[in-house]
Amino acid sequence: MFHKKTAAVGLAAVACVAVAACSSSGGGSKSGGGSSNPLSGSASSGTVVVGSANFPEDELLAQIYADALQSAGVKVSTKLNIGAREVYYPELTKGAISVIPEYNGALLTTSVDTSSKATSTAEVNAALKAKLPSTATILNSSAAQDKDSITVTQANATKYHLKSISDLSSVAKTWVIGGPSEFKTRADGIVGLKNVYGLTFKSFSPLDESGPITISALKSGKVQAADIFTTTPQIISDKFVSLADPKNMFAAQNVTPLVYKKAASAKVISTLNAVSAKLTTAELLEMDKQLTINHASYTTVASNFISQQGLK
Amino acid sequence: MSWAWQNRDLVGHYLGQNVYIALLPVLFGIIVSVPVGVICVRYKWTWPPILSLTSIFYALPSLALYTVLIAYTGLTDWTVIIPLTLFSLSVLIPNVVDGLRSVPRPVEQAAVAMGFSSLRRTLQVELPLAVPVIMAGLRVATVSSISLVSVGQLIGTGGLGYLFTDGEQRDFTTEIYVGLVLIIVLALVLDGLLVLARRWLTPWEPRRSRQERRRAATGAPQGTGAVPVGHHGGHGGHGGGGHVGVGH
Amino acid sequence: MSYFNFAWQWLTSSANWHGSDGIPERLLQHLEYTGIALAIAFVIAVPVGLAMGHYRRGGFAVVTVANFARALPTLGLLVLIFVLTSGSFVSWLIPLAFLAIPPMLVNTYEGVLGVDRELTDAARGMGMTEWQILRKAEIPVALPLILLGVRTSAIQVVATATIAAYIGLGGLGRYIIDGLARSEYNVVAGGAAVIVVLALAVQGLFMLLRVLIVPVGLRKQAQTS
Repeated sequence: MFHKKTAAVGLAAVACVAVAACSSSGGGSKSGGGSSNPLSGSASSGTVVVGSANFPEDELLAQIYADALQSAGVKVSTKLNIGAREVYYPELTKGAISVIPEYNGALLTTSVDTSSKATSTAEVNAALKAKLPSTATILNSSAAQDKDSITVTQANATKYHLKSISDLSSVAKTWVIGGPSEFKTRADGIVGLKNVYGLTFKSFSPLDESGPITISALKSGKVQAADIFTTTPQIISDKFVSLADPKNMFAAQNVTPLVYKKAASAKVISTLNAVSAKLTTAELLEMDKQLTINHASYTTVASNFISQQGLK
Repeated sequence: MSWAWQNRDLVGHYLGQNVYIALLPVLFGIIVSVPVGVICVRYKWTWPPILSLTSIFYALPSLALYTVLIAYTGLTDWTVIIPLTLFSLSVLIPNVVDGLRSVPRPVEQAAVAMGFSSLRRTLQVELPLAVPVIMAGLRVATVSSISLVSVGQLIGTGGLGYLFTDGEQRDFTTEIYVGLVLIIVLALVLDGLLVLARRWLTPWEPRRSRQERRRAATGAPQGTGAVPVGHHGGHGGHGGGGHVGVGH
Repeated sequence: MSYFNFAWQWLTSSANWHGSDGIPERLLQHLEYTGIALAIAFVIAVPVGLAMGHYRRGGFAVVTVANFARALPTLGLLVLIFVLTSGSFVSWLIPLAFLAIPPMLVNTYEGVLGVDRELTDAARGMGMTEWQILRKAEIPVALPLILLGVRTSAIQVVATATIAAYIGLGGLGRYIIDGLARSEYNVVAGGAAVIVVLALAVQGLFMLLRVLIVPVGLRKQAQTS
């Protein structure tokens, strides 16, 4: 009697787990490779895998790409919120993901050619096409840009007469600057501020990807300057001042699809180029606002964009 | 909460992932802990070292363990499943041992007198009687497992934990509430199912006193009034009463 | 390379032992957060647990608290309080203290409840006031469990403080969060190692305290194996 009952309970448990496994199988897993960096993935084949970095705007763009591709009849799966570029870039060059919405300037200076001096869109794209590994390439850039910026509060901007990054030389030594963790080591981060503008800050505070932690740290004065992305809606609503970058430490950051060549069929290329053609900075800012202020869902915002732009 | 319904595909996907990643370790845990527990009772010298091991695993922060696994399993589901299995074991093994030890001697002796072989005695007498205590540990392991999965979101595999990081990034409290509610409800539902399973498996149990029910809920074995297994803190052969911890 | 290679590489690099991102600094921050949260939780949980155990009330509430606390996801609570308070100073303290309360509350309650009725009856018969009974009879006997509750809470807080790095807190969790962001696994590995050592040290410290504080007779009585 006991045996039968236990067996029944056991089978039921296994069945539950199996059902749950099936229902979650859209998420996919990242396989650990034998590489020297355990945080990078390894290759896998199959449908077009659209990946995204771990911040909302990129997740939205990935959703837009996925939507457009699906409408064009391409088999698509998504792998969202992978991590920072340092984490997902190796995955793309190995083919574990096929497409990811990138920012051309950041991609160039972070992962492709840290010593590059290219600043304009044309320069950056040329450098990328030349220097990307043979497995990957970029498609057409959109006009939309989301650049890093060094941003301060209105109060501080007025008090210290800050209009451009160079103006920070009078205060940098006593100020704490904040940004995403990777800002500390990137060429266009702390390193760039020193090399290009000769600025050394008192300390660096790791926050998040231009999200609530960074916003509140800047507002509360925990940091006096922060790396904030230019399409962050709170710049306008909280009246922050993004300092000008006359020496172009931050290169052009057009939204550009980075693709794994083998997965980029003609259809994929033409669909994504069509999306890029319709994406402007104003559109991007508006969509970010919907995500962060209005809390619309990624899929809704993405599909609205697709239908409004006639990309269906 | 209508947000949850509107986004049910997304939420459903993460719910499924959460269940899968949480329950697989518990399943592995129970499969391994029962034989190991039997061995610990049979061969007394094995118990102290195993108890020390389970104590150690019990105290380790889950995020730290997940990151250790990255070196071996990369950023996959297994990076979370394996540490959670170790947690389940550290909860279940002591409970199996306590449950087996709490079998009244007269019952054991009667079984011997009736000619039950050692194996039969274990399977047909001792384990069934140990079910309430084992089930108490199973409940603790299951509930903790469900909530610990969400910490895995920080390494990319977090089930409903996604709702926390996305909600944080977008300043979206509704999403966070949905995540919290779903995880808690999921845990309590599974807990309830396990209680029902226990009642079904042990029909000979009389309706228990409030105190006994309470003891079982906090994870203390019945009859002994000592060395309970809660979610934290291990035993090391000392301490009595209910341990209670929170998923960490 | 195995985990240990990465961790060793990072731990043996002397640069990591200095400065504002160095191990001593981060460890100190971590201990600071843990200490403050534990102190607050202690002041709330232990008196309540003592009262509930002494008057034998609220057993059901205690069970509910225990279950609920176990099911509550720490990351979720941290993020929720952070977003609700728009990242204020208390945003980390509230979840940390909140999550430290249940283990202390439940174990204190169980400890006092488990005191032999005959003992408390005798004390009452001797004319002791309720407070005296608590102080002289119940607390000493319940001490092993109370200590266990504090130990459990301490480990809980160490773990939660690690996760709290996600909402911008300092401490040892920073190594994991920052290392993951920069794809620097040796930082992650080394940080995890320090955290594990801390957790075990906390465990060990309480085991030592138990030997020092709990009278020998009670210690033996509470042992089972």
